Amino acid sequence: MIWETVIGLETHVELSTRTKIFCACSTRFGGAPNTQCCPVCAGLPGALPVLNEGVLTYAVKAALVLGCAITRRSRFDRKNYFYPDLPRAYQISQLYCPIARDGEVTFSLPAGGHRTIRIHELHMEDDAGKLIHNPETGRTSIDYNRCGVPLIEIVTEPDFRTGEEVTAYLETLKERLQYLGVSDCRMQEGSLRCDVNLSVRPQGSTALGTRTEMKNLSSFRAILRAIAFESQRQIALIEGGGQVVQETRRWDEDQNASLPMRTKENAQDYRYFPDPDLPPIVLSDGWLARLWAEMPELAEAKRDRYRAQFGLSEADCKTLTSQRALAELFEQTAALGTPPKQAANWLLGPVLAQCSAHGLEAKDMRITPQMLARLIALVQTGGLNRSTAIEVLAALFTTGGDVDAYVSEHGLNQVCDADLVGEAVERVFAANPKSITDYWAGKEKALGFLVGQTMRALHDRASPQAVQAAVRKKLRQN
Amino acid sequence: MKITEELVSRTARLARLDLPEGEAGPITAELERILQYMDQLAELDTTGAAWSGGALTNVLRPDEAAPSLDRAALLAGAPEADGTCFLAPRAVE
Repeated sequence: MIWETVIGLETHVELSTRTKIFCACSTRFGGAPNTQCCPVCAGLPGALPVLNEGVLTYAVKAALVLGCAITRRSRFDRKNYFYPDLPRAYQISQLYCPIARDGEVTFSLPAGGHRTIRIHELHMEDDAGKLIHNPETGRTSIDYNRCGVPLIEIVTEPDFRTGEEVTAYLETLKERLQYLGVSDCRMQEGSLRCDVNLSVRPQGSTALGTRTEMKNLSSFRAILRAIAFESQRQIALIEGGGQVVQETRRWDEDQNASLPMRTKENAQDYRYFPDPDLPPIVLSDGWLARLWAEMPELAEAKRDRYRAQFGLSEADCKTLTSQRALAELFEQTAALGTPPKQAANWLLGPVLAQCSAHGLEAKDMRITPQMLARLIALVQTGGLNRSTAIEVLAALFTTGGDVDAYVSEHGLNQVCDADLVGEAVERVFAANPKSITDYWAGKEKALGFLVGQTMRALHDRASPQAVQAAVRKKLRQN
Repeated sequence: MKITEELVSRTARLARLDLPEGEAGPITAELERILQYMDQLAELDTTGAAWSGGALTNVLRPDEAAPSLDRAALLAGAPEADGTCFLAPRAVE
């Protein structure tokens, strides 16, 4: 029998607001344990949550780029459960009136072609704290800094059929949310987390099989492997005459297997009810129109535009738009009069090389459009040679600064003065008579040596073309 | 909605309420009366009535940070702590 895998995703995305969803504590990642907590997020009795305006804005923007219908009258519900990661004993989430529903995302597949999947809903909720178990003491340490960090949960319909579709969707999701600036989507820091709901059915069947939910998927690689493992497990189970049990399973990266999670009796009974602490949210046409006006052009649109407007290759467009800061630097540099192809070459070459050397994302570098445009102009007009210009870029990469000031301060201006170049050639010829005879004896290599020596005498600040021309001229005179 | 003793015991267990022996019966009857009152409210025909989420809507605060609690003060309320973290019996798998 041919089997079909059916997958739905629940993705939790941490929003990058400065403060938590219902209180003014910082959301900074990596702070000392329990130093970013207050009576609201620590769940002290009587503390009153108030919704962060930024969270609402970010959630609605995210919903808009996922093609969702925005709920005009939305509210929060309490999801009750007892677990030490949640001191309030209930999560504030949205069950009955989520902020958005019924979206649609179209994305391209690595093997070619496109796929569209439907978004069931998108809702806002607060994150829980972090538990670290110490096997020696038998105690669990709890850090509540993450409690109250804003999340959106994006629930898809069971529209995926392969792991590749899932990761392509997540790439698109990540790219759009990063462009919006609503999340950094760092899987390794847990700001994008994914649960996979998976079932199998005979190909051609329209009924859904019994599904399992897999948690603890912390990389795209883990997601692909978990999907492959779990669908094979379910197929083998059914073909062996067994039945899939609806359960939550944990992906174990080391064992390369999904394992059932121990579940407590009634654990799934969350007794949801509307949270009376938080008044409903009513969104007006005007408010939504203002938000629409703030929406940036997304990567997919930029790619098409760069191809048409600047004639850049598909691959270059993809890399340039992979980070919003990079795309903006490109556009702003081109707007200053730099030929777009040159700006693109500089960004894709030396600038990205610096980014990876420093382990930085484009948004964290200090290179401005003005700096890049000036560097490129200096190379074009012969004021700097290319390798010196790259050195200047490297020197100013993390600090920023004025290119011309740096160049003159460090005496890097290219020597254009023909007399200076001529003098250097004289000196080099006087010191290397053997190379000259070698050259006339037919050793082409000697030319390169003389050019290299002259460049060195000029501290690499001359144009190699100009030096080579001067050396050839001098050789002809000998 | 029909309230049974079994439902009361289950709800108490979910809410971690220690319901003393013999109390489930009286509570069942009380809850039944409360919910009957709710059913009475539900008889009111509200079709066509304007939505009202109460007097308050859109209570929001700006995304601006304020100081958090001092950690020692935060941990002071914990049954068990080690100066840095809250401590609890093992709960993770």
